[in-house]
Amino acid sequence: MNYLHSIGEYFLMLKGTFHRMTKGSVLRGLILKELDDLIIGSMGIVAFLSFFIGAVVALQTALNLNNPLIPKTLIAYAARQSIILEFAPTFISIIMAGKVGSYITSSIGSMNVTEQIDALEVMGINSLNYLIFPKIIAMLFYPFVIAIAMFLGVFGAYAAAVFGGFVPPDLFVQGLQEDFIPFHLVYAFIKTFLFAFILATIPAYHGYYMKGGALEVGEASTTSFVWTSVVIIITNYAVTQLLLS
Amino acid sequence: MIEVENLHKGFDGEEILKGINYTFEKSKTNLIIGGSGSGKSVLLKCMLGLLTPEKGIIKYDGKPYSEFTEDEKKDLSKQIGMIFQGGALFDSMTVEENVMFPLRMFTHRKKKKQNLERVKEVLKRVNLEGSEKKLPAEISGGMQKRVSIARAIVNRPKYLFCDEPNSGLDPKTATVIDQLIQEITHEYDITTIIITHDMNSVLEIGEKIAFLKDGVLAWKGDKSQIFKTDDETVVDFVYSSNLFQKVREAQQKGL
Repeated sequence: MNYLHSIGEYFLMLKGTFHRMTKGSVLRGLILKELDDLIIGSMGIVAFLSFFIGAVVALQTALNLNNPLIPKTLIAYAARQSIILEFAPTFISIIMAGKVGSYITSSIGSMNVTEQIDALEVMGINSLNYLIFPKIIAMLFYPFVIAIAMFLGVFGAYAAAVFGGFVPPDLFVQGLQEDFIPFHLVYAFIKTFLFAFILATIPAYHGYYMKGGALEVGEASTTSFVWTSVVIIITNYAVTQLLLS
Repeated sequence: MIEVENLHKGFDGEEILKGINYTFEKSKTNLIIGGSGSGKSVLLKCMLGLLTPEKGIIKYDGKPYSEFTEDEKKDLSKQIGMIFQGGALFDSMTVEENVMFPLRMFTHRKKKKQNLERVKEVLKRVNLEGSEKKLPAEISGGMQKRVSIARAIVNRPKYLFCDEPNSGLDPKTATVIDQLIQEITHEYDITTIIITHDMNSVLEIGEKIAFLKDGVLAWKGDKSQIFKTDDETVVDFVYSSNLFQKVREAQQKGL
């Protein structure tokens, strides 16, 4: 029953987020701030992780290619497919559930325990719209982060495979272009948009409806990370089943 | 003026407010006192519209809150100032931005200059000139309370709600905050409602006092009456501190 109650509360929160809009000029400032905090602030860790994940995928493939009959182009092909289809959109989103999700839960949760949300409501401001809507809009730019993650992942794979002496550059590029299906990119970005929405709203829900003090803010952040990850994994499965199978 | 009629509110089957009837008068400091769990904060939240009562009527200047349209509720919220127990200042904003916030939300961008002047005026009123660019974390608890007061009055409210405005402050600063609230109440001619269990505040600014016990209005009067009453529940509460007990003993001995 608790789960059902939480799911209902989550959808009511979404409904509340999109009505009684905050003043445009204020909202613009909030969106820019969230863009800086959620998107620009995540670029460093995303770039670092993507590069090394790409490199490790290429290394693992190269090290396990013992059969001389299997072409070396497979290293690039395997790296491209795994990075575009899963590592960039899904793996990075799980990492972001920890980074961005915890930030959203703890910032809204802290406002909750220090009565700042009550202060907004007393002033006649729709606190759901004021706090959550700018985060949703900022997260619409999340696919750009994933696009950069894809590029850097492939670049990392290239660096590891070519500079590690596993495959010549021309064969790597040939492998990258082999059997490329453009719809795979469309699939990756469709799920990225869904993940972006999940990343903005589930942590916000956990922060907004938490009860207690500073300790509970920490607990809410952990719970939010778990549930955001779970929902991302389930959504990933559902979208893959719908679009690729 | 705010009238509360037969107000009931409960949580999880437990009744917290059990039919409160009371009138909070204009241009007076109306104090709600009572022990922890007596329903003071719930009553305040019901009046602010943060909680919906199960039964009863809350009237703002004669009009029931339940009959307010969405636009009227929005207009009403512009006429309400609130001082929270912990200040509830936005910690990412400076003192000036915090005080400016209600004006920025409801006035046109072109009025920025007038808004800034108003912010300066209220900061001067609460003796906080020179702290405009500081963050809440960089100022003392007493100063934070004064910023909170400045933010509450910047929109020239008709109603001022204070939730334990001097909790966590030293007695001297608490008296300063109490006096400031009382001065503002008379100066702006507003209805001020203060929740407190600090008897010094009662002595200082208790122009009208409502005593709640277990969700019931157990006693009402003013600061001159509360120290003379024979009502057992009020006497128990008022003289629960050693200091006030000694004062009572001295009074009884005619000292």
